Amino acid sequence: MKRLLSGDLPRSRVLAAILVLVFLGLVLAPFIFPGTRSLNVAAKVAVFILLVASYDLLLGYTGIVSFAHTMFFGIGGYGVGIAMSKLGAGWGSLSLGISISLVFSLAIALAIGLLSLRVRAIFFAMITLAVASFFQILASQLSELTGGEDGLTFRLPELLRERITAYYVVLAVATVLFLALLRVVNSPFGRVLLSIRENEFRSEAIGYRLVTYRTVANCLAALGATAAGVLYALWLRYTGPDTTLSFNIMIDILLMVVIGGMGTMYGPVLGATLFVVAQNYLQDLMKLASGATAGIPLLPQVLHPDRWLLWLGVLFIVCVYYFPSGIVGRLRR
Amino acid sequence: MKTDWIALAVIPVLALAALPLVGSMPTWVTLTVAGLAMGMMIFMMAAGLTLVFGLMDVLNFAHGIFISVGAYGAATVLTRMGAQMQGGTLAGDLSVMLPAVAAAIALAAVMGWFFERVLIRPVYGDHLKQILITMGGLIVFEQLIHVVWGADIIPLPRPGAITGSFILGDAAIERYRVAAVVVGLVVFAGMWLLLNRTRIGLLVRAGVENPEMVESLGYRIRRLFVGVFVAGSGLAGLGGAMWAMYQEQVTPQMGMQVLVVVFIVVIIGGLGSVGGCFVGAMLVGLLANYTGFLAPKLALGSNILLMVLVLLWRPRGLYPVGRA
Repeated sequence: MKRLLSGDLPRSRVLAAILVLVFLGLVLAPFIFPGTRSLNVAAKVAVFILLVASYDLLLGYTGIVSFAHTMFFGIGGYGVGIAMSKLGAGWGSLSLGISISLVFSLAIALAIGLLSLRVRAIFFAMITLAVASFFQILASQLSELTGGEDGLTFRLPELLRERITAYYVVLAVATVLFLALLRVVNSPFGRVLLSIRENEFRSEAIGYRLVTYRTVANCLAALGATAAGVLYALWLRYTGPDTTLSFNIMIDILLMVVIGGMGTMYGPVLGATLFVVAQNYLQDLMKLASGATAGIPLLPQVLHPDRWLLWLGVLFIVCVYYFPSGIVGRLRR
Repeated sequence: MKTDWIALAVIPVLALAALPLVGSMPTWVTLTVAGLAMGMMIFMMAAGLTLVFGLMDVLNFAHGIFISVGAYGAATVLTRMGAQMQGGTLAGDLSVMLPAVAAAIALAAVMGWFFERVLIRPVYGDHLKQILITMGGLIVFEQLIHVVWGADIIPLPRPGAITGSFILGDAAIERYRVAAVVVGLVVFAGMWLLLNRTRIGLLVRAGVENPEMVESLGYRIRRLFVGVFVAGSGLAGLGGAMWAMYQEQVTPQMGMQVLVVVFIVVIIGGLGSVGGCFVGAMLVGLLANYTGFLAPKLALGSNILLMVLVLLWRPRGLYPVGRA
């Protein structure tokens, strides 16, 4: 067990219990929560845990803010989508789509990293925002290839058409990749990233090349996001701008990683689970609250189900100020 | 400081290079005026951002909110007082336009003050937290816009005196674009005079170069910070109001959509440089209109291309400022 978690144990009974609960919930989801909606929620949780964990490698461990994470997520999704819809629903085209999108992501991450990570972190944030929005435009303009705003619906190989099988494939791949990320951050390489985050000047003085380490971290995170995009496309059997490239998803990722806890791989697990469940079920609760306060001015609008993001935004700000290490940091205290 | 003419010369070079490509003189004039107008509006929205960054080393990702709020403020006044605009006289239009623009500036400035005070003050000096906090502010305030004004697109009536176009030679020129260019030039001239010819400007410029020194000479740099932040937010509100009238509609997402272009402009100009921001905005505006005419598919990506080219030429932007 210790080997499996790369020696990075939860270090808190409550946290350990929650993690076990989340994992068991995901594994047993098809049996204990029957129904399409809950299976969709479970699959989304699994994919977003991987997506957010790979983002945490950048934000929490390396201390750089990227806004291009959804771009890599989208590259994975569109890689599969384009290959499957143009070349037919075979294993060959699936693996071709996956490998092309991985290589493509790697190349772009490398280029962005080498171009803009030399300068300051803030510069990187702006450049990634610009490049990501460029990709969004590209996806909607090249409509013969990407299906434009409508996206691509495609068929999968025989084996993956069965929903339960598809779910377990998604869950298994996400788990393995998550453990791989855990391995990365607890390796000597991960330590160097932490030291760069804490004090870049000293790390450079010791002899570590900042650009190299940051660029490698950026590439790894990009690959993680691409894999998550592939999984999500496989699960939805659809790829479109709203499910992958949209800026709203980038905001969701930020919320998940900060609320869950930056700088630990367990933060994304909690953040993603909490967020996706809230996204799907909090609105029902708010509908009740909004109805109950119907007579009072302004309150019903603030509690309106569509305004759930408002409350998560407030929680986000409170987290950044008072609990920089999020829920996980709180539990480990 | 010596003026860097080479970077400035890029604007006319770009405009002239587009002339043979566009082919016809009247079209070129129309496009150039449109590009300049767009550039001026982007400049107004971007000036505050770059100045705040230069002075306080804060990059405000929520700057787009000030743009949206300005647009909504103007829209509220314009739709309420719409009846007065029916006369079609310049005076009647102005009696609505001026309060609308004033409302936009005031609302955005108050928001800016609140933002600086409540959100940004605790995180000076910590870039990572600044980015996160301003993103959080962006989320919350965009949602609040939904709460106050609703999520729907608000169509915006444009006052009669500045709609329509007139013919100059063979070229049709929209009145509104000329008005935007005039307002933009006035704002730029005002900022230039304020920064270069007044004591406050001197302090601000000194603060950009070396804040500790200004403080040790006995000036309260904090007050300058707040002043610049509020002024920058107000300008963004003005830009947002003008942009909304240009688009003739207001949406909650408009601030964020424009913000990407604003960031590109700020990067092209060099973080912290007002002059660079002006040049960058003109280049982006012109290029967007030329490519929109020549190769519509490329138009939206042209900004990114421009940014990459500029950064390959001058890695820190056209007019790099102070600290690296």
